Amino acid sequence: MTELPPKAIGALQRQETRLAWGMLAPSIISVALIVILPLLAIFWISIKPVELADLRPPTPLAREALRGKLNVAGDVANIEYRLRNSHSTRPLASVELIDQIPEGLALGELDPRCDLVGASLRCDLGDWDGGHRERLRIPVTATESFVAGETDVRESVALVTGDSDNVLANLQFTVKNFVRIFEARDFWSVLWATVFYTVFGTIGALVVGLFAALLLNKSFAGRGLLRGLFLFPYVAPVIAVAFTWVTLFDPFSGSANAMLQQMGMTENPINFFGERPLALIMVTVFEIWRYFPLSFLFILARMQSVDSDMFEAADMDGASPFQKFRYLLLPQLLGILSVLFLLRFIWTFNKFDDIFLLTGGNAGTRTLTVNVYEQAFAVSDIGAGAAVAVVIFCCLLIFSLFYFWALRHEEEL
Amino acid sequence: MKPLQRGYIAGPVLLLLWSLTLVYSIAIFVTFAGGAPARPFLPAVIVVGALAGIGALQISGLAMLAGVSAIAGALLSLLGIGPLQFGGEFSQLAEAVVGAFVVPAISLTGRLMLQGTAWGELNRHEFEEAVIRFLTGFGLVFFIVIVMIPFFVMIATSLKSQQELLQNPLDYSIDLSKGWDLLRSYRELFADFMFGSYLWTSFVVSVVTVIVTLLFSIPGAYAVARLRFRGRREFSQSILLIYMVPMIVLALPIYMLFSITGLRNSLFGLILIYPVTTIPVALYILQGYFRGLPFEVEEAGLMDGLNRLSVIRRITLPLSLPSIASVSLYVFMIAWNEFLLAFMLLDDPSTFTLTRGVAMLNSSEIPRQHLMAGAVIATIPVLALFLGLERFITKGLTAGSVKG
Repeated sequence: MTELPPKAIGALQRQETRLAWGMLAPSIISVALIVILPLLAIFWISIKPVELADLRPPTPLAREALRGKLNVAGDVANIEYRLRNSHSTRPLASVELIDQIPEGLALGELDPRCDLVGASLRCDLGDWDGGHRERLRIPVTATESFVAGETDVRESVALVTGDSDNVLANLQFTVKNFVRIFEARDFWSVLWATVFYTVFGTIGALVVGLFAALLLNKSFAGRGLLRGLFLFPYVAPVIAVAFTWVTLFDPFSGSANAMLQQMGMTENPINFFGERPLALIMVTVFEIWRYFPLSFLFILARMQSVDSDMFEAADMDGASPFQKFRYLLLPQLLGILSVLFLLRFIWTFNKFDDIFLLTGGNAGTRTLTVNVYEQAFAVSDIGAGAAVAVVIFCCLLIFSLFYFWALRHEEEL
Repeated sequence: MKPLQRGYIAGPVLLLLWSLTLVYSIAIFVTFAGGAPARPFLPAVIVVGALAGIGALQISGLAMLAGVSAIAGALLSLLGIGPLQFGGEFSQLAEAVVGAFVVPAISLTGRLMLQGTAWGELNRHEFEEAVIRFLTGFGLVFFIVIVMIPFFVMIATSLKSQQELLQNPLDYSIDLSKGWDLLRSYRELFADFMFGSYLWTSFVVSVVTVIVTLLFSIPGAYAVARLRFRGRREFSQSILLIYMVPMIVLALPIYMLFSITGLRNSLFGLILIYPVTTIPVALYILQGYFRGLPFEVEEAGLMDGLNRLSVIRRITLPLSLPSIASVSLYVFMIAWNEFLLAFMLLDDPSTFTLTRGVAMLNSSEIPRQHLMAGAVIATIPVLALFLGLERFITKGLTAGSVKG
């Protein structure tokens, strides 16, 4: 750095700073809302006993019906409230029912929990356990004025209210989520799948991308066309290509099996996405197939900015083609290769869609990210899903610490 | 490497590998295109390749080489030991004709590869160049095959009927006599599965995402590129850190929040989230562009009494239209292809985006050709857009990263 930052901040500078933050504010705020807040929420949820069913908090429900007929004055019937707690396990506290009794009805003996003030009936129903159900009957007798008025007893809606303890907001904590995921029998298999998929997927995509870039690093007719073609796997929607692979490698009706059988390479159909350990290899191959274009694109762009003088000089000195690649081109590509490795490593580690669509995480292909979904939605245990997410986050933290450590050492060299 | 560096070893070995590449690709191609059961005969493929290597080095005349290989290919096929065999209805004679084309194809292309390669001892240059020429040939065939096959299978399956698919999963020949009936799966998707509405929804969601992303990221990118403020360098370096967070980790709390607030199954909810996933990358690419624009023009504008905002509007934006276009395309592609959030947040078929609609087709009750037709519908717009503007997009994507 040649220029020194000014010591005192002038008015113009202050104005510019204000303007800059003002222009950045919408981006920062929106990203914070959608990224930082959910991240904090994940940490909170991971130490709470939350299940999928808890997203619908317990509410008291009431259905009002008239049992009997009130056609003539003096008819006796019951107004019946069918009451229940919507949640099967969580309790409700101090439930209260309020309803208007139509004019002209004489009430019989009231339930001890209820009393009538004017025309409004108020019942104090106490605490309900999860899944609580009951019927509350109010005996009524019709009078002349009720029959003449032809009113429906259900005209006024019965209101029930109750306090529920929201498990997301209370202070009840647990470490069960973490214990459960670490003790799960398949935890180590999940970790192994993640490591295999990430390492081989990243390196594979990088090597294949480098090969493709070397092919197109000379000019020939149709090169532009091929470059576009090579990018297809990356540009097409993941859902389209993933389902195509599933169709292609289907054990019963897939073309790949039919082809292998016809060529005499296999007797029985191979279940590519349903067998251990083949499924894990297949999802890794898919990952390489889908993401080699990205490495290809960046490596090719870097290759084309390499100075050609150097190669001419090397030619004069009699360097062989492999030597030119090894000692001239590769060192130039090292920067972009290491950046791509780092980015692809993290993104492959974070990848969810591909495996989810190909195998759904079956046959030994469940990586950590797929495990988040599996725990939260298939097992309906959101707390455990969040705990897996926290584990993922810690891994990413370690990666980035390692990255910054490597970066510092690089500078020292 | 040393023992390999002799023409009489390198030639046959390279052409043997090349013959494997070529014969297997031709077999796959012929099988898919015509439904003919082409079967490579491995020993013959190896022997023919090795012999082609010797021939390409020893026979000097081009016509002579072609003639000898054609006769050899035809003879081998007549004897039933040709490199490429067809079972069943193919007559021995037809097979011989195929052989008379396949073997010269190997030896003639092989000769190109062994250009300037001598029979005896090779120096390092000659040897490596031959290897590189083989790798180039192999690479081109390999990449074209692996990229094309899935897309070909996708399209061809969507044009088949359930019965045809079960009968022979290898026959992708297109029966043109069926006319418009070929597109039956597509018609049914639009008529019975509301794909027209999904297409429209995806389009609207993607366009809104592009607009919101640009509205947010253009001022931010300008501030990072041009204005001086404390934390600017750190900010521009850490924008992309956001992408370290996996989407599924964010999707879980978002799903919970949307369930509680009732935003699930609403496109408004989706549009709230999508731009946030694209703003950081758009901001990063755009600030790279803005930095590359000559500051002097803007300075002149400032001197002439324009304020910052009108400088942006009148000078910076018109100058950076190409970059804004390429960012828009990129964002459009991300939003169009997005699957995870749409899958988690939309349950009601009337609100589906295209990717969510295709996911719905993946059930055992819906025939495969419908699923593939859905995949084609989702792929075509984005591929067409990409092919039309490929140069644009790739330049924009790689611009910021390749500086040093």
